[in-house]
Amino acid sequence: MYDIIVQNPFSAALVALVSLSIIFGAILGYAAVKFKVEGDPIVEQLDKLLPQTQCGQCGYPGCKPYAQAIADGDAINKCPPGGQTTINAIADLLDVEAPTLDAEHGEESEVRTVAYIRENECIGCTKCIQACPVDAILGAAKLMHTVIASECTGCDLCVEPCPVDCIDMLPVEKGLSDWKWGLPPTVEEQILTINPKDIIASDHQQVEGNNSKDSDDSREKTA
Amino acid sequence: MRKVWDLIGGVHPPENKHQSVQDSIGTLPLPEKLVIPLNQHIGAPPKLFVSIGDKVLKGQPLAEPKGMVSVGIHAPTSGLISDISDYPIPHPSGMAARCITLIPDGEDLGIEYRGIDNFHEQSPEILLEIIRSSGITGMGGAGFPTAVKLNPLQPISTLIINGTECEPFITADDMLMREYPEEIVEGIKIMSFTLGEPDEILIGIEDNKPEAYEALEPFLKDTNIKLVRFATRYPSGGEKQLIQILTGKEVPHGGLPANIGIVCQNIGTTYAVQRAVVHGEPLISRVTTVTGKACKTNRNYHTLIGTPISHLLTHNGFDQSKCSRLIMGGPMMGFTLENPDIPVIKTTNCILAPDETELPAPPPAQACIRCGMCAEACPASLLPQQLLWYAQSQNYEKLEAQNLFDCIECGACSYVCPSNIPLVQYYRASKGEMKKMAEEKVHADRARQRFEFQKSRKEKEEAAKTAKREARKKAAEQARAKTASEPTPATASSSSSTQASGTDDIIKAAMARAEAKKASPEEQQAKLERGVARATSHLETVQQRLKLLEKNAPEKQREQVLAAIEDAKVRLTDAQTKLGTTKTKPDEKSNAQTTALMEKIQASPKEALEKKIALLKARISTTEEKISATEDETIKSALQNGLEKQQTKLNDAEQQLAETSTEAKAPTLETTASEISDAASLAIAKAQAKAAAQADMSDEDKLRATIESLKSRLEKAQERLTAAESEGSDHIEALRSGADKLQAKLTSAKAELSEQTH
Repeated sequence: MYDIIVQNPFSAALVALVSLSIIFGAILGYAAVKFKVEGDPIVEQLDKLLPQTQCGQCGYPGCKPYAQAIADGDAINKCPPGGQTTINAIADLLDVEAPTLDAEHGEESEVRTVAYIRENECIGCTKCIQACPVDAILGAAKLMHTVIASECTGCDLCVEPCPVDCIDMLPVEKGLSDWKWGLPPTVEEQILTINPKDIIASDHQQVEGNNSKDSDDSREKTA
Repeated sequence: MRKVWDLIGGVHPPENKHQSVQDSIGTLPLPEKLVIPLNQHIGAPPKLFVSIGDKVLKGQPLAEPKGMVSVGIHAPTSGLISDISDYPIPHPSGMAARCITLIPDGEDLGIEYRGIDNFHEQSPEILLEIIRSSGITGMGGAGFPTAVKLNPLQPISTLIINGTECEPFITADDMLMREYPEEIVEGIKIMSFTLGEPDEILIGIEDNKPEAYEALEPFLKDTNIKLVRFATRYPSGGEKQLIQILTGKEVPHGGLPANIGIVCQNIGTTYAVQRAVVHGEPLISRVTTVTGKACKTNRNYHTLIGTPISHLLTHNGFDQSKCSRLIMGGPMMGFTLENPDIPVIKTTNCILAPDETELPAPPPAQACIRCGMCAEACPASLLPQQLLWYAQSQNYEKLEAQNLFDCIECGACSYVCPSNIPLVQYYRASKGEMKKMAEEKVHADRARQRFEFQKSRKEKEEAAKTAKREARKKAAEQARAKTASEPTPATASSSSSTQASGTDDIIKAAMARAEAKKASPEEQQAKLERGVARATSHLETVQQRLKLLEKNAPEKQREQVLAAIEDAKVRLTDAQTKLGTTKTKPDEKSNAQTTALMEKIQASPKEALEKKIALLKARISTTEEKISATEDETIKSALQNGLEKQQTKLNDAEQQLAETSTEAKAPTLETTASEISDAASLAIAKAQAKAAAQADMSDEDKLRATIESLKSRLEKAQERLTAAESEGSDHIEALRSGADKLQAKLTSAKAELSEQTH
């Protein structure tokens, strides 16, 4: 055995390598079948990050289709309701540079809105009910419709089809339960607001540096 | 002496408690008005049951608890409810919430309180209900309804009474223990009873309150309540910290003390429970410390709930110019008040009005130098500087991983920070943001579910529709194949006519219906039999009713019933004759029906109308006979009515017949009408003729035609309108607008016509 290997080093190596590749190939092939992942987990993950307004502002009929499109290589900055937070989160997930929101698809709004139907003007045409992606509008033909505010995602899709224009997008009122503490001012912000006399020398320089930088900026802008 | 464990971390801020313990707990004169926020606790707001203008007595309930986690509120004194509206409440946001404004009448008249002499004779449920309806919440901090806390799901082995009061300046619980030890011990006994007598009852007191310790001790001699004294260090009064000091146990992350068999109650709450159960007095006042160098006198007061803070301050010689800022609560965990008019609520233990020396404005924050003093001070064993980094970079995942939600916001880290970084503010802001994100996540998940459900529903609907369409197509094909193999006279005649496929289908469908009717004579018979049975039973019930009525019914009702009987009889005979014909010769009958149908289809509308007229005439003659035969006045009148109706029908039919005959004579229809063999093809032919005529017509003629039709429609609309007006119908408005619209259309058409002719 040993003699044969020594006498035919090339063939022995060939045999060894081929047999190894067959063994590992078999293992890998088995694993590919046995541990096959159903579906596309990246789409699910992307869908979880999207705001689920189902508004279609991205150009796709809902958040899931847009998640699929991102997975297929579409731009990640087409979601105005999610805004920069969502873009950052998606960029984090996909490990790419986070772009700014594409203004073509709309602007990020600060306040959440919900649809509100002026009920005495509603003629009961059911057009908005058909447009609502989350079944948040209640009503029947020739009967008044109303929006279930807690289920409304504020997607705007019902406003356009209304023939009598009786749907308003109203900002959600902020009550005590929505109140939260704000972040304190950062060190830099604080230094800029206080009297320069009250701060120590090293901070003084920093303030001046900031100021000069600001003035540089402004000079550039005016130029 | 019982073993006590050490507090992890903690700080020693200047106590500043001696100022406010010089005097006993005082009382204040009644304020000009009381503002009582509806929701002073954690949980659902109570249900209001007073309204503006009501006069209330002291102790009278103003709102009752709604839901499990809720308590009521009561009138602190007698007076008039002057307003129920939004008013700034004690909250760090300075926001407004629903409040009841009570103007005291100065008489302080109260309802009669009814207490329980021996609570051991009552069931714990009754005691809990008393505690709940008396409006008692935790009086130390968060304001959680006490009745809920005293009724935990888990078995309780230890009841801990928190007499620590570790925050500087506050002495409300200290003074309560000094002056009301007997009541407090009684309150503890009541709580212990409702909890099913836990094995251990501990009162935790810091060693800076020797007077309170001595006051309580004599009342604990014959009880199983143990008084535990331990070293003063902030924040030993935190619920989780106190549990750790007294028992060495740690409350699990995200859990409650009840999870490890412990319930913690505040001294103020025990006093309130004793007042409620033994004296029947609801929670309408509490002990509040008023302290700070900006006030001349520093003292504790029995303060009515709803007293404006400005009232407390003016009675203590408050000097606005000295005050650096007004704080509700202590200097470590309290919050700054922007407005001195906000009221005292059930959780207000202290009003602090310090001057610059006591509580200077925080110097500007510097950068973190990583000294680690905050980590040493943290009583929850967290890493405050790591939390600070992540809070600044808004890295919420990491904050979660660093257990931000275990932070009790005690402020020890901010207190020791040499860079004066407001650490707790960062944590509070991040917590708020994370809570909001969690809520949004729940909302988004629900939206996703609903969206996906809608999608699947629409797909299902679509699939069902296509399946139906397919089936219909198949059936139509089958029918076509069948009729193609055995052509009927109808199809033959129609195929000879110019229009083929459209009318074919209609005729086929009619044939199929006739076929179906023919195919099931048994079914039909059964149906008729059922009809007869129904008619008989109906007749019987009506007759019974008549019998009942005969004795004592008014004339009108009787008439009605008689008419009903007649009706039922007619129906019965009808059904019976039908049944008879089907029974005797079902095949013939169905055959006759088919032939009749065929005749009907094949007959021109003229013939059909003639037949109809003949039928109506026959019916009229029978009715006339009936009228002459009957003697009863009411039946006679009813029959007369029917006769009139039939005659109008007859007139209509005759008119129609005249119209059709003239139409048939019209030159445009003459060629096609002769070929038409059924009603369907007639309609099609009519439409086609109309289209052909219109195609031949010039635009002008078309317009004239439209004007004509509009005129006739307008006339009809006006007729309807006048009829509606005379009846006073609800639809007058709609009809009127419809007529107006028609009028407008007509005028526009006329204008167009005049334009074209010129």
